[in-house]
Amino acid sequence: MYDPTVARLTYRALLGRRRALILGALPFLLIAISVVVRGLTGADDQTAVDVLGGLGLATMVPIIGVIAGTGAIGPEIDDGSVVYLLSKPLKRPTIIFTKLIVAIAVTMVFSAVPMLIAGFILNGNGQQIAVAYTVAALVASIAYAALFLLLGTVSRHAVVFGLVYALVWEALFGSLVAGARTLSVQQWSLAVAHKVAGGELVTSDVGLTTATVFLVAVTAGATWFAGQKLRSLKLAGEE
Amino acid sequence: MTTLSIDHVSRWFGNVVAVNDITMNVGPGVTGLLGPNGAGKSTLINMMGGFLAPSTGTVTLDGQQVWRNEQIYKYIGIVPEREAMYDFLTGREFVVANAELHGLGAKAAQKALATVEMEYAQDRKISTYSKGMRQRVKMASALVHDPSLLLLDEPFNGMDPRQRMQLMDLLRRMGDEGRTVLFSSHILEEVEQLAWHIEVVVAGRHAASGDFRKIRRLMTDRPHRYLVRSSDDRALAAALIADPSTSGIEVDLAEDALRIQAVDFGRFTALLPRVAKDHGIRLLTVSPSDESLESVFSYLVAA
Repeated sequence: MYDPTVARLTYRALLGRRRALILGALPFLLIAISVVVRGLTGADDQTAVDVLGGLGLATMVPIIGVIAGTGAIGPEIDDGSVVYLLSKPLKRPTIIFTKLIVAIAVTMVFSAVPMLIAGFILNGNGQQIAVAYTVAALVASIAYAALFLLLGTVSRHAVVFGLVYALVWEALFGSLVAGARTLSVQQWSLAVAHKVAGGELVTSDVGLTTATVFLVAVTAGATWFAGQKLRSLKLAGEE
Repeated sequence: MTTLSIDHVSRWFGNVVAVNDITMNVGPGVTGLLGPNGAGKSTLINMMGGFLAPSTGTVTLDGQQVWRNEQIYKYIGIVPEREAMYDFLTGREFVVANAELHGLGAKAAQKALATVEMEYAQDRKISTYSKGMRQRVKMASALVHDPSLLLLDEPFNGMDPRQRMQLMDLLRRMGDEGRTVLFSSHILEEVEQLAWHIEVVVAGRHAASGDFRKIRRLMTDRPHRYLVRSSDDRALAAALIADPSTSGIEVDLAEDALRIQAVDFGRFTALLPRVAKDHGIRLLTVSPSDESLESVFSYLVAA
């Protein structure tokens, strides 16, 4: 199911100079803001939740997910170089699964690690807040990577759609329409974070069971569907 | 012996028919797929390579379906027309990756790089390669698993004459070794120099198939049209029409010229200057009016 060569090519494409800079910018911003906030307000649990939740989980994680998820396959499909993977005796789902693993790993490294660092800076992991949000980032990384990898496989405008989902659906709709919150990777991961932190500081609109079911279903469903799409991918645009 | 069979294959995109009911068999040796730009060659090659499903019909390699059959790539090597190819890798890294994806190692990659004579630049990034170097590395990646069928889409595009010669030698060698090699081109001379057998595709249809010389003769023997201006058009017309090499002459008043249709190309081209000289007529313009490849091809379709 996992091909090390596909993984190596994907890592190198994803962590190329320009993309690595973009991937690194948001985590850097989160940590920088945490340092400033800590300096201005001192260690405060609610402030830590606001920064990690509002900036980290609601903004940074999905954007990193979009860049890593769509970037793991989208550019190759766009420029046609995916032909070198497709013209091999390699099962299409293997290509997708491998790229998913890479996208998850990259999203985790660029979102969960800075989340933990920022959490410790903000309140020294008081009330387990840093760890809870790190776990949320890890969980969300899996679902976002799968979702955006699928988008990268089916659409040439994957980045735009991904950002619309992450920022408009999750952030804007989520705050206006209660139902939208049930269908939100962010809320599912918060349910897991709530379990880790306990108490009432970290909360979610969905229960842990619902969240787990959705997380597993979305990740598995998106991955399966992306594999199917890749099987019948047409390399159009030549004529 | 590897035979690629295309059986009543059509492909349409919406209302546009790109490939229209084509049937052909491609066997060992070098076959040229010839046709003007936009004739459907790339669509056909994409279907041969399993990257596009035929709308109707089947493409098989020695009886095995090509579409949605990953295992078929053990036997097929593909050189796509597109340039994109993991530019951040070196040539060697690229070919090694292709070898690994076939379950092979660095040794196979090195052999393929030697075959295309790219060892000297193998440690440079692909982004620094010239068009010809890219083409050769693409070739190496296609040859790495020693395929019995090699598909190349417009492989000579943008190559300089020396690179072209090298690639032709290589393809000829592949054909001599008994591999089935198919390349597409819109340039007659390329196909003439390399292919033993040609398949002509025009406007999505299979226009001709067979030995190159036979098709070349068909192309040369077709009626040729010329636009001629002279010091005395009517006298020239009268003199030319007496010869059987000319089948029709029209006086084009708007252009102030003669439109001549010649049926015997060789005889007519010798006759025209001689007749003009004998009658003291000065030739001011002699221009072929249908020498475009498209018109040559459309004649073939009608033939």
